[in-house]
Amino acid sequence: MSQALTYAYYPGCSGLGTSREYDLSTRAVCEALGIVLADVPDWSCCGSTPAHTVDHVLSAALAARNLAKVEAMGRDTVVTPCPSCLTNLRTASHRMADDSFRERTNALLDAPCQNAVTAKSVLQIVVEDYGIERLSRKVVRPLAGLRVAAYYGCIMNRPPEVMAFDDHENPMAMDDILSALGADVRPFPLKVECCGASYGVARRDIVARLSGRLLDAAADVGADMVVAACPLCQMNLDLRQEQINSANRTSHRMPVLYYTQLMGLALGIPEERLGLDKLCVSPRKVLRAAAGRAEAAKAQGSGA
Amino acid sequence: METIDMQAAFDPEFVARVQAESGQNLALCYQCGNCTAGCPYTFAYDIPVSQMMRLVQMGRREKALRARSLWLCASCESCTTRCPNDIDVARVMDVMRHMARRAGYAPEKAVKSFWDCFLDSMRKHGRVYELGLVADYVARTGRFWTDADLGPRMLLKGKLSLKPHDIQGKDEVRRIFERFAARSGS
Ligand code: SF4
Ligand code: SF4
Repeated sequence: MSQALTYAYYPGCSGLGTSREYDLSTRAVCEALGIVLADVPDWSCCGSTPAHTVDHVLSAALAARNLAKVEAMGRDTVVTPCPSCLTNLRTASHRMADDSFRERTNALLDAPCQNAVTAKSVLQIVVEDYGIERLSRKVVRPLAGLRVAAYYGCIMNRPPEVMAFDDHENPMAMDDILSALGADVRPFPLKVECCGASYGVARRDIVARLSGRLLDAAADVGADMVVAACPLCQMNLDLRQEQINSANRTSHRMPVLYYTQLMGLALGIPEERLGLDKLCVSPRKVLRAAAGRAEAAKAQGSGA
Repeated sequence: METIDMQAAFDPEFVARVQAESGQNLALCYQCGNCTAGCPYTFAYDIPVSQMMRLVQMGRREKALRARSLWLCASCESCTTRCPNDIDVARVMDVMRHMARRAGYAPEKAVKSFWDCFLDSMRKHGRVYELGLVADYVARTGRFWTDADLGPRMLLKGKLSLKPHDIQGKDEVRRIFERFAARSGS
């Protein structure tokens, strides 16, 4: 291989806590693929949703402090696993293309941001820069027999002018990755529907309704698990699954994994490095069942 | 469904303000209802998003800014993506939320408290410190943490840090908030 793909890496606050396993598995997978992630030094919180509900310049400044740090690293691309961070970083850049907005933003900062950095999701660089073909050649433990629903969440691809990646109504990046890993990817009609976002604390009823609908739909399409790319979605669906079940009188036991965890499994990375033990609904049973189905199919195939 | 009284207080300044702050031409909305149809929060809204758009067009400042909907919009961008007239509807909602906040309206107090606690936490540490945020939220709302069932589990999984993640540049972050406050004269 020629030069290694190298990016500035912005883990986001949830990567330190609620989505530890996303950060762990992202780092492990990138390492296995030879993608180099250089952490943004002393990065700060992007402001997430709360900042933009207060003011757009404030929100942009909180994101721009980090973009300026990436500029100081001498890099032009920063990647993040978290769609919420990504939205903030990209929206800040998008708005700072306007000179007067950039000036107002920079007026809040110690060190000005030149707006010379592009933010992308880890998902995007895997698909666009690394490539599905190349990924499929790295698979050592195909996920044969595993039925999955790829769930993107609402803001990974929207609005299209800002996010500029994949299809905003029917994104396929994760579907393609999971197919390349050998999984049976089910058509999932609620791929880009909102999970209830951060209302779990203040309005749990909203999350129970919206995330409940997602779990129902995943079960309806015959998925063994939901595959997520967003820390908030994953947390609502996994950590809050019991709350959702009791509010809706359902009995889902649906594992909700990050796509990077499945990539890791297929690439032969040891489970401990993928944080599978941090999931609330354990995926062990469905992973074993899938492996069993794959075995049976193989035996039948060779017997015939 | 409530109808909108076109004679009631028309505030042209409000229309201009929303247009200027959002950068959107509100006259383009022809009330097709696409935004409402796709909005996953319609069930929880007091005023659906297309009607919020109508209220701005009609300059109904008070009615618009007092809506609970403003505090329940998740910025999921479904409305913005699907508006046939390319109006950034989510941005309009956001801008009205800024105005509501400035006017001191917050009918969904728990939601506002949660966001305020989040911002305070990042102002203090540079990064959000979940346990501190939760303690602050409980103190402010007087609500026992409704997620108390999740806490122990998260701790067990190593998903809640007991210590804040202070960064070296936390003063820089604090200064962002201070300059913002000074600028907005609050
Ligand atoms: S989708 Fe656009 S044009 Fe249609 S009602 Fe909503 S804002 Fe108006
Ligand atoms: S951005 Fe807000 S108003 Fe628009 S569809 Fe999403 S929740 Fe509804």
